[in-house]
Amino acid sequence: MSALTSAAARPTTALSPARRVKNLLMGALILLATLVVVAPLILIFVYLLREGLGAMNLAFFTKVPAPEGETGGGLLNAIAGSVEMLLMASVIGVIVGVAGGIFLSEYPRHPLMPTVRMISDVLAGIPAIVMGLVAYGLIVLHFGFSGFAGALALGFLMIPIVVRTSEEVLKLVPQSVREAGLALGLPKWLVTLRIVLPAAAGGIVTGVMLALARVAGEAAPLLFTAFGNPNVNLNPAKPMSALPLEIYRGATSAYDENQRLAKAGALLLIVLIFVTSLLARRFSRRK
Amino acid sequence: MSEPTRPAPPARLSSASDRVFEGLILVLASVILLVFLTSIYQLTRDSWPALQHFGLSFFTQRTWNPVAGVFGASSMIAGTLVTSLVALLISVPLAVASALFVAEYAPRWLANPVGYLIELLAAVPSVVYGLWALFVIAPILGRWQITFFSPDHPDRLALYTKCAALWAENKTTLQCFFVPSSGAGRGLALAIIILTVMILPYTASVARDVIRLVPQDQREAMYALGATKWEVISRAILPYARAGILGGVILALGRALGETLAVAMVIGDSQDVLRSIWGNASTMASVIANQFGDARETLHRSSVVTLGLTLFFLSVLVNYVARLIIARLTPKGIQ
Repeated sequence: MSALTSAAARPTTALSPARRVKNLLMGALILLATLVVVAPLILIFVYLLREGLGAMNLAFFTKVPAPEGETGGGLLNAIAGSVEMLLMASVIGVIVGVAGGIFLSEYPRHPLMPTVRMISDVLAGIPAIVMGLVAYGLIVLHFGFSGFAGALALGFLMIPIVVRTSEEVLKLVPQSVREAGLALGLPKWLVTLRIVLPAAAGGIVTGVMLALARVAGEAAPLLFTAFGNPNVNLNPAKPMSALPLEIYRGATSAYDENQRLAKAGALLLIVLIFVTSLLARRFSRRK
Repeated sequence: MSEPTRPAPPARLSSASDRVFEGLILVLASVILLVFLTSIYQLTRDSWPALQHFGLSFFTQRTWNPVAGVFGASSMIAGTLVTSLVALLISVPLAVASALFVAEYAPRWLANPVGYLIELLAAVPSVVYGLWALFVIAPILGRWQITFFSPDHPDRLALYTKCAALWAENKTTLQCFFVPSSGAGRGLALAIIILTVMILPYTASVARDVIRLVPQDQREAMYALGATKWEVISRAILPYARAGILGGVILALGRALGETLAVAMVIGDSQDVLRSIWGNASTMASVIANQFGDARETLHRSSVVTLGLTLFFLSVLVNYVARLIIARLTPKGIQ
């Protein structure tokens, strides 16, 4: 490839100036466009580091927000709520998602298979806020705002991501491995659970981590499900806060103190998400 | 992929347990269908009062007035389409260029990190984009508007008067479209800018993947004819990858249509029709985010859910088309 390009750069016949200029110009434009694409990420990260790092003291991790207009406090309520809701969402997302992946990869001849695949693809594109409306109708309308309702919306959002990635890695397990198991007289379910699934475990974990990273930052579906809570709440049946919710509240607040907490919260969230996605990718590449 | 060829006799012993397992997997996989059907049911049920009350005029009416109990969604639909399509228009060339850089120009040591950075861009939460847009871009945009679009000359007042008169008649000239707002940078333009940044990585990563799928022979044949790099890209690579890139573009459109908080935070939340690029507006998603929690009246609440239902079907349609294009294009075995 590089040999080819350098050969093209030094042709034996003379290249007309117009073509040479156009080639260089387009190359420069492509480089410039790439810089424009990457710039926001660097700018956001630098901004949050500069503004948020100072607010990340011990109180940030151990206290709840101070009442409006007062200084001090932290985001313990949001951190606890996020962890709790993500754990609950994972239960839904992982069980249904991995089962969906197994169904698509191990039962490709099942008459329902094309429908399940299409619907899971379609679900992946449904806006998060719409899932919030659905969880509202399912839970909040009957039982009130709760962490569980938020977790349900997040779990629904995780499902298609986990389905897709686990289907892909399950299909990478060589057919001969399955055949070897079956040849030993093992039933198909044991082959699937004890041989195929463990072989694909790394990839499935990657998919779950990516799904978590994706929904950890969602505030929209939580606005009218988990609703938010100024205090630490461990009861899933009661309103609960989350990092993205506090970021939203703080960023749209007129109080400096809330804005400061929001910036620190955004820094924490973005670092957690980056570390998770980078680890997931590192992990999957090694496989 | 074919099913394993199963040796018949010993398998019979386990057929009962196999059927139980298959049943269990099927039940769990059906939850996916259930989520989809429940969503349609819930959204339709909750939007029924509004649909019954307003009928199709809900989608064509412009007035959205919770106090008067009149709800028409046309300006939010317009806001959604305008922000999404303009953001798409700006982001596609940038995304394709960055994909070309990663796939064709950059040496491996640079291509991987740049690819990573672009994927991280997709991982930044909407609410963080909103925060950044609000605190960093909005003030810059506000200053810029004042400097470039309202020069302090005597005609300014005349221009405003003229535009205000035109607005009253509901006619907007292109000139008026650039009249600055007092929203300190917030408004339609900022929403478009932030949406552009947010959807870039989706198109970029799909474009990168399809560009990498272009067979090496295509490039080599062009180079052998003495083509320059740009000629290879424009005549061999892009035409070959065109349909796949289109799939990525439509996927990004789906994202843009449903993008909520970043837009809700910066668009200014006004139910006016779009009268200036600097003015406030709203999208379907931003209205859901901003109003659903406070909507007490049945009709108001139901109207907001109708926006959700519309968004639901719009996303289903857009994603279905995108997947269709991508599936048709991906060579067998790579999917």
